[in-house]
Amino acid sequence: MRSVFLAVLHRELLLGWRRRSDLFTLAFFFVMVVSLFPLALGPDAAQLRAMAPGVLWVAALLSVTLSLGRLFANDHADGTLEQLMLSPEPLSWLVLAKILAHWLHAGLPLVLLTPLLALQFGLPGDAIGVLVLSLLIGTPVLSLLGAVAAALALGTRGGGVLVAVLVLPLYVPVLIFGAGAVGAHGSGLGAGPHLKMLAGVLALSSVLAPWASAAALRVVAE
Amino acid sequence: MKFHALLRYATPAHAYTLAGRLLPWLFALGLLLTAAGLYVGFGLAPTDHQQGESYRIIYLHVPAAWLSMVIYLAMALWAVLGWVLNTRLSSMMARALAPTGALFTFLALWTGALWGKPTWGTWWVWDARLTSELILLFLYIGFLALQDAFEDPRQGDRAAAVLALVGVVNVPIIYLSVQWWSTLHQGASISVSSGSSIAAPMLLGLLLCALGLWLHAGAITLLRLRSIIIEREQARQARWLERLRPQRPKGPQGPQEART
Repeated sequence: MRSVFLAVLHRELLLGWRRRSDLFTLAFFFVMVVSLFPLALGPDAAQLRAMAPGVLWVAALLSVTLSLGRLFANDHADGTLEQLMLSPEPLSWLVLAKILAHWLHAGLPLVLLTPLLALQFGLPGDAIGVLVLSLLIGTPVLSLLGAVAAALALGTRGGGVLVAVLVLPLYVPVLIFGAGAVGAHGSGLGAGPHLKMLAGVLALSSVLAPWASAAALRVVAE
Repeated sequence: MKFHALLRYATPAHAYTLAGRLLPWLFALGLLLTAAGLYVGFGLAPTDHQQGESYRIIYLHVPAAWLSMVIYLAMALWAVLGWVLNTRLSSMMARALAPTGALFTFLALWTGALWGKPTWGTWWVWDARLTSELILLFLYIGFLALQDAFEDPRQGDRAAAVLALVGVVNVPIIYLSVQWWSTLHQGASISVSSGSSIAAPMLLGLLLCALGLWLHAGAITLLRLRSIIIEREQARQARWLERLRPQRPKGPQGPQEART
């Protein structure tokens, strides 16, 4: 079971590495969305500092949502997905490997870019730490829940917008706890409870989401 | 009647007839109870000493909010039944419930805004219960969009069932949000364990309205279910639909037919 998991993971990472330009495009999309906000709201430092966690979180949500189309679509088109479904290993386990690879491609770069962007918004050092930690716990949830929506939207007409409509309502709790962690830290309440709720959401969704996306894949690909 | 005797209504043809028989009763009773509830609520119930007359929106707002959640649960249940047991009618029922649920969610938000302006001084606040009700509306919209996104309606049914199951997590959050977070929206005035904290005529009006709107939602759902049954059965050219066609007079009455 472990070797299959690692094989799928290795394949996904290799495919992602061969299409490096996609990764850079996604990272730059994140940077650009974040840069639009100071242009739209004006360069008032105090206001920007207050809005930074929310802006970075919303930008992360949008970037991950945009990248979800790639998660299953290519494999669906060239028949790999059918082969995965024929495998005697549990499909949810293979899907989990794909989700992990997706997070490494689409989630982790955003987490690594965040400190730099947060500095542009003038966040203090400890708040940046909390923000990065909240993104580190929260972005895997985005990949997990996104996999369910991406699987459901497979083989539908006009999939891209549909994925966003399906997945953004499910992302709301992650957004609230993630952006709320920095706010709670700033107001002196401590970010602990928010981060723990976020970790709870991660634990729950890492159990249920692979199963739900596997079920969705079976529904869609029959 | 035994349970398996009821199962015959799982066939679209029987369900169509049953829904047709229930419809007038549900509509009539729903109208009667809602009218009675509104009379009690607007005529007999006292004015609230804090909120004045504006509190009377609860006769629509509270039943609509209840229904928005109950219909989501019912819809998810039917959708999952249709997915697991592969019964056609269950999925049709889920599809019939979804627009009604979305409308009641919208109604709850709308009447809440109308009440919020005189009482809280604002149309909208981003508090937990309002936000989670809004997310419920988004979930309904996602469900409806996903159902219609597939060429094959049965595939759309199953995909939407998965989504409904994932979205079910949200319903308890809405219901309990007032207790979990300290927000602007007040807590529940009525509960099963500790009884009601509002005046008796208010409670009576509220319950009558809730029951009336509940029946109305059932009637609208069955009406929509009948259309869906016809639509789906026609697509697979079911024989029993022939019985529904208006009977033409037989025999050599050609000219008469041409005149009408």
